[in-house]
Amino acid sequence: MTNVSVNVNGLSREADVEPRTLLVYFLREHLGLTGTNVGCDTSTCGSCTVLLDGESVKSCTMLAAQVDGREVTTIEAMADGDTLHPIQDAFHRNHGLQCGYCTPGMIMAAASYLKENPTPTEEEVREALAGNLCRCTGYQNIVKSILDAAGSLSGVKV
Amino acid sequence: MVATENFVGRPILRKEDGDLLTGQARYVDNFTMPGMLWMSLVRPPYVHATIDSIDTSAAASMPGVVGVYTGADLGLGALPFVWPITEDIKVPVHYPLATDKIRFAGDAVAVVLAETRAQAEDAAEAVMVSASELPAVTDMRDAIKDETVIHDDLGTNIVVHWSHGGGGDQSVFDSASVIVEETYDAPRLIPNAIEPRGCLAYGVAAMDEWTLISATQIPHIAKVTLCGVVGIAESKFRVIAPDVGGGFGSKLDVYAEEALALALAKRSGRPVKWIEGRQENYVATIHGRGVSHDCTLAGDESGKILGLKFVELADMGAYFQLLTPGIPELGAWVYMGPYKPEAYWYEFKGIVTNATPTDAYRGAGRPEATYVLERLVDSYARKIGKDPAEVRRMNFHEPFDVATTSIMGLQVDSGNYEPLLDKALELAGYDQLRKEQQARRDRGDAKQLGIGLSSYIEMCGLAPSNILGALRYAAGGWDGATIECLPSGEVIVKTGTSPHGQGHETSWSQIVADGLGVDVDAVEVLHGDTMITPLGMDTYGSRSVSVGGAALHFAMEKIKEKARTIAAHELEVSEDDLEWADGSYRVQGAPDKARTIPDLAVSAWHAHDLPSGTEPHLNATAVYDPPNFTWPAGTHICVVEVDTETGATDIVKYVAVDDCGNVINPMIVQGQVHGGVAQGVAEALYEEAIYDDGGNLITSSMTQYLVPTAVEIPSMVTDNSQETPSTTNPLGVKGIGEAGTIAAPPAVVNAVVDAVSHLGVTNVGKPASPERVWRAIQDARGGAA
Repeated sequence: MTNVSVNVNGLSREADVEPRTLLVYFLREHLGLTGTNVGCDTSTCGSCTVLLDGESVKSCTMLAAQVDGREVTTIEAMADGDTLHPIQDAFHRNHGLQCGYCTPGMIMAAASYLKENPTPTEEEVREALAGNLCRCTGYQNIVKSILDAAGSLSGVKV
Repeated sequence: MVATENFVGRPILRKEDGDLLTGQARYVDNFTMPGMLWMSLVRPPYVHATIDSIDTSAAASMPGVVGVYTGADLGLGALPFVWPITEDIKVPVHYPLATDKIRFAGDAVAVVLAETRAQAEDAAEAVMVSASELPAVTDMRDAIKDETVIHDDLGTNIVVHWSHGGGGDQSVFDSASVIVEETYDAPRLIPNAIEPRGCLAYGVAAMDEWTLISATQIPHIAKVTLCGVVGIAESKFRVIAPDVGGGFGSKLDVYAEEALALALAKRSGRPVKWIEGRQENYVATIHGRGVSHDCTLAGDESGKILGLKFVELADMGAYFQLLTPGIPELGAWVYMGPYKPEAYWYEFKGIVTNATPTDAYRGAGRPEATYVLERLVDSYARKIGKDPAEVRRMNFHEPFDVATTSIMGLQVDSGNYEPLLDKALELAGYDQLRKEQQARRDRGDAKQLGIGLSSYIEMCGLAPSNILGALRYAAGGWDGATIECLPSGEVIVKTGTSPHGQGHETSWSQIVADGLGVDVDAVEVLHGDTMITPLGMDTYGSRSVSVGGAALHFAMEKIKEKARTIAAHELEVSEDDLEWADGSYRVQGAPDKARTIPDLAVSAWHAHDLPSGTEPHLNATAVYDPPNFTWPAGTHICVVEVDTETGATDIVKYVAVDDCGNVINPMIVQGQVHGGVAQGVAEALYEEAIYDDGGNLITSSMTQYLVPTAVEIPSMVTDNSQETPSTTNPLGVKGIGEAGTIAAPPAVVNAVVDAVSHLGVTNVGKPASPERVWRAIQDARGGAA
């Protein structure tokens, strides 16, 4: 077993895990943070995207042991109480989700991307989402949501 | 709260979103229970083999392992297959675990129960299976030769031949001045709901009561069918579809893993969970399509379509899943499209192969039919040198608003096809596009423009039970709704449909809010739990609003009838003196004397002064069996740029004009079109399940199978403004879940062919990959490809 100590959503969390434990399963099974979903075995679909030290990573590509001492942010920490994060709110207002399974990953990927590029074009948003698959929306309203969020986020710290 | 505004027809934001956006969703993998065990299946690395022995001893002694079981250990019944479409159909017997032969890569031979998922998966790999390999036949054109028979007891791989028979004067196929013959293949597709399948079975052994939480589209059908497989009393069995992460038909099935989890929960007395891996999903969850059509169109030089003939081969896979051979039959009724041929012929043969079973994939039969028809119409237009839009226009069925029998033999509820074409042409800027295309051709540009059309009709709203019976389907097509008006003013709606992304909670709330004169937020929609909503037939085939939604209407009629009786009693007038206006029953001529539904819910609840013979509580249940299908229609136009040097296709414009009858929520309808078109574009340009000569799936993960990203899927223009009301149901709704998937593939491939047709290309296979397009260009130029 390996001891890992990670700051998750602002709280210091510690656990003994098997060395092979992936970050996503550490979050889901050890910490009970099931908002981060698993959609593939190959780091293709992006459903498991979280922020690591503020940047998006696919949490199925990392071992829990690799994030020892670092900061992880998951979908559960995005809203402020009952107030949705502007990206979540934009997804709601623009019908940017249907079944919702890819949604946490999309939102975390968008949060990371909009920090890098606060005023993207549609084409840039589409390129930025190339690591996140959605099977319901045809991406149109996801792209629209992120462009909308970019507008309302100007001046807001992600 | 009483609302006098109308909610139907408005883009009300979804009620479902909150939990999904904040990581609070209840997908099956998010459930855990005390004492829960994990299940893992042993799927040996064979495609077709005789099982010689299974040694579970090493696995059984591994850490955390509670048990390892083979099919012989469990003795379960065969998995359900409910659509024996002909009397003489040969039905492969399909057990949850194979005991004699492995017939496809997803066939499991044993199952492991362990304390953790990792322990279960590790032990599954340690089960030693000795098997003698047999030739693997994954191509139906090989299987049809019967050189290797996959089910010995059936004696052949050709398990069903269904012919609709002919209609009209068949001599046109000989006598017509223009005959167009084409063969079109549609490869196998992998549905790829982003949430894989999974289930959690648990119960109270002492009470013999069992529950299955499953990522399924069909909790009600699963309940009826699984209790027999596992040996559970239907009355003590509950199936819950929690939040479900997409289905697209792949979860319209009853799978081995659901039966196994239940059986092992019974056996172990502990909760048992199974979550599918994605690569497991690619072999063990149903595939779609996998068909080939020989097509004939008989016409004249002016563009008049006289006859349509389709002879289809359909790859069933290794076994029948719930509906397998019924899928081509579902398409059989739309081969005439929106046109009026004088003669038709349709038949298909179903072929068993060593590949994953096929079954419903978004559209289920109707995309297959529409693809070949619309490709054929374009081929005809090219042959006679006419504009494909004009050929479609001159063949459209005239508008009708009373149900009209089609040449395929079913009644079509209503239709008005030409304005949909006109609208699409206008939105696309068709005339300008043709000019641009000609200019590029004249200049010999490397990047050529292609314009593809697809006009379609759908058959939705599955289904009138009597017709299902006539088609030999085992179940009915009705759906149920229960409405309870609570004294708090809340209205509980229990629907038999089982959404997995379609937004039923929102749309159903809009329907009920308008019908009962309450606020949309006062309505709470419950679904997907056979204990809470026992009357249901679930969600598939674009049926939910036209059957389940219509059931709401009839339940509301009953509520209002009772409410009217109570209102008349309280207002001391006769019922005839009351009118329903602005969300209340009020005395005609004295609008101040009124009672709302929430008022009357309180009266019915305390029951202090109810009219004689009126039962307390304002609630009602309706079970609605639709008298007919519904028939949406539309025209889609795809505009592509094809690089004639590389074969690469880029979609530059996509227009979807769909008439789905009356629209409940335009935002949700538009979302359904977007997603459907995206899957259709995927089918047209990218996706294909490919097997090697040994029968192994080469496209075995998301890294090889090209599910498109936001980069590949175009921005779309949608229009649902034409609302031709369905004559089938009182809401006038038709359905929109599958329209995009039906319309898009031919529009896209027609556009690709159109872009290079001046080079002599007449056909490009699907998916129209750069290589296929490039080879087609080289072949047309007579060059050595």
